[in-house]
Amino acid sequence: MTSLAGCAEVTKQFGDFTAVRDVSLLVQPGEIVGLLGANGAGKTTLIRMLLGLIGTSRGRVELFGEPPSRQTRSRLGYVPQGLGLYDDMTPAENMQFSAAIFGTGAVGALPEALGRYAADLVGSLPLGVQRRVAFAQALAHRPDLLILDEPTSGVDPLGRARLWETIAEAADGGAGVLVTTHYMEEAQECGRLVIMADGRVVAEGTSAQIVGSGHVVRVDAESWSKAFGALERAGLQVALAGRGLRVPGADPGAVRAALGDLPATVRQVPATLEERFFELTAQSEAA
Amino acid sequence: MTGAESGQVTWGATELFVSHGRTVALRGVSLSAPAGQVTAVVGGDGAGKTTLLRCMAGSLAPGSGTVRRPPKERSGYFPASSGIYEDLTVAENLDFRANGYGLPRQVGRDRAAEYLERAGLSAASGRLAGQLSGGMRQKLAVIAAMLHHPDLLVLDEPTTGVDPVSRSGLWWLIARAAAEGCAVVLATTYLDEAERCTAVLVLDEGTELVSGSPEQIVAAMPGVLRAVPFKPEGEAAARAWRRAGRWRRWDPLSGQDTDQAPVGRGGVITPDLQDAVTVAALARQVGQDSDPGPAVLAGQHQGGAA
Repeated sequence: MTSLAGCAEVTKQFGDFTAVRDVSLLVQPGEIVGLLGANGAGKTTLIRMLLGLIGTSRGRVELFGEPPSRQTRSRLGYVPQGLGLYDDMTPAENMQFSAAIFGTGAVGALPEALGRYAADLVGSLPLGVQRRVAFAQALAHRPDLLILDEPTSGVDPLGRARLWETIAEAADGGAGVLVTTHYMEEAQECGRLVIMADGRVVAEGTSAQIVGSGHVVRVDAESWSKAFGALERAGLQVALAGRGLRVPGADPGAVRAALGDLPATVRQVPATLEERFFELTAQSEAA
Repeated sequence: MTGAESGQVTWGATELFVSHGRTVALRGVSLSAPAGQVTAVVGGDGAGKTTLLRCMAGSLAPGSGTVRRPPKERSGYFPASSGIYEDLTVAENLDFRANGYGLPRQVGRDRAAEYLERAGLSAASGRLAGQLSGGMRQKLAVIAAMLHHPDLLVLDEPTTGVDPVSRSGLWWLIARAAAEGCAVVLATTYLDEAERCTAVLVLDEGTELVSGSPEQIVAAMPGVLRAVPFKPEGEAAARAWRRAGRWRRWDPLSGQDTDQAPVGRGGVITPDLQDAVTVAALARQVGQDSDPGPAVLAGQHQGGAA
């Protein structure tokens, strides 16, 4: 099976600065791939190369088995973080405009639940509704590849679950989906994750594979603020977690010692994806 | 609890109603923000988070209801309307702010240096604020809001659009403010962030959906939750949602039935905060669409703390 989008050992340099180094990535039909990375990690540059908006310095990029072109772009659906809708047109007019651009002829239908907004200007609609219009527009020409940038930003939890159902339905129908996000809740919805740091891919796999056997130390103290102060003074990196604290990259013995005689329970717990992400990014910076 | 989290003082709001023209932004919302704790206000765009936070910060007067907050000079607010000057450096911005707060020069500089260091911003202290990345700018604005050790710190979505590395710096600042005894109220759209807070208030269309500590909200979830491999068919589909590649199905059982559905049997799972809040939203939707019967609504308002 040919991949929908792929690049092999791609590098992009801007003058002396290397934004992407030797990155290989494939998106297959039916899969949802999450691309994670801190700002400056190279995600946007990589996506711009995949879309053919900029060329590579080295390496090869293919979209639907051929070099990216205007032709291949018609098989793409894209929802940018800013949604890319025209505020001074109605949802229906936005859909018509998009259909005309893609030359598909068929204007996609707005989801039934959005019917009551059909005659309102997009700029006057709640952001959650605007987001659903943007999705409907991106999916209307039944794209083979969907590229989504923080697709559920600003959406309430139930609305977020419903949007992810729409994304998963597109994938179940054979589309490939590439999602970039800063939020681990969104990352958990992806079948496979690719983590970039400093222009490189530093981890790849399911969320469980990436977290692996990583652990952090959890501290539940009678007074979290006193424990926070004691751990801080010991130079440990401390994060707040409800009424407790989490200390990544530390040994339980060292944490216990730093707490002195403060009453607290100290135990090792599995790391979260965000904690593992942070560790990978820090390692890459140190290297 | 001892020390900062003993919560001698509790700021907050009671039964707030706010209208913007013909739109009702808040309908009878209450919030409690104890000293030394981080309280999250959660909801999607348009839920009423910013309106509530503006009332807490004293920049908006509610139509009715009461707000308990410290005097303006003892509060910090992000985004502050006249917050950051783009043509001043990071250090100059903080110097200026410290001076405005009436802090002795050296105290202000020492605090600023420590916060900048811990938030990973030291290297940028000579940069013009207008040249900072989004995440750096957010961190600078939060530092500016907490430099005078306020009694109440109100942060409106400080982490939105921020990458995980900057987010970690922001969370250190938030924890530090609370550890020093400040009551922190923070708006977010993400429940994994809310889970890090002591108490959570979830808003939906200007009303309270659920509130309490994350544990209380989870414990108060009505009915039972099952993990199922496929999307259920029929009317159960409306009570199901996709999560991490699998499906969750919520059944609004009565108390007796719940006893017969222990965790581990028939796919029944223990919910987390994200599940419990999703269920609360579903219960409200089901309640609006049809007569839910008493079972659906049971437990919705047991949260308590806020």
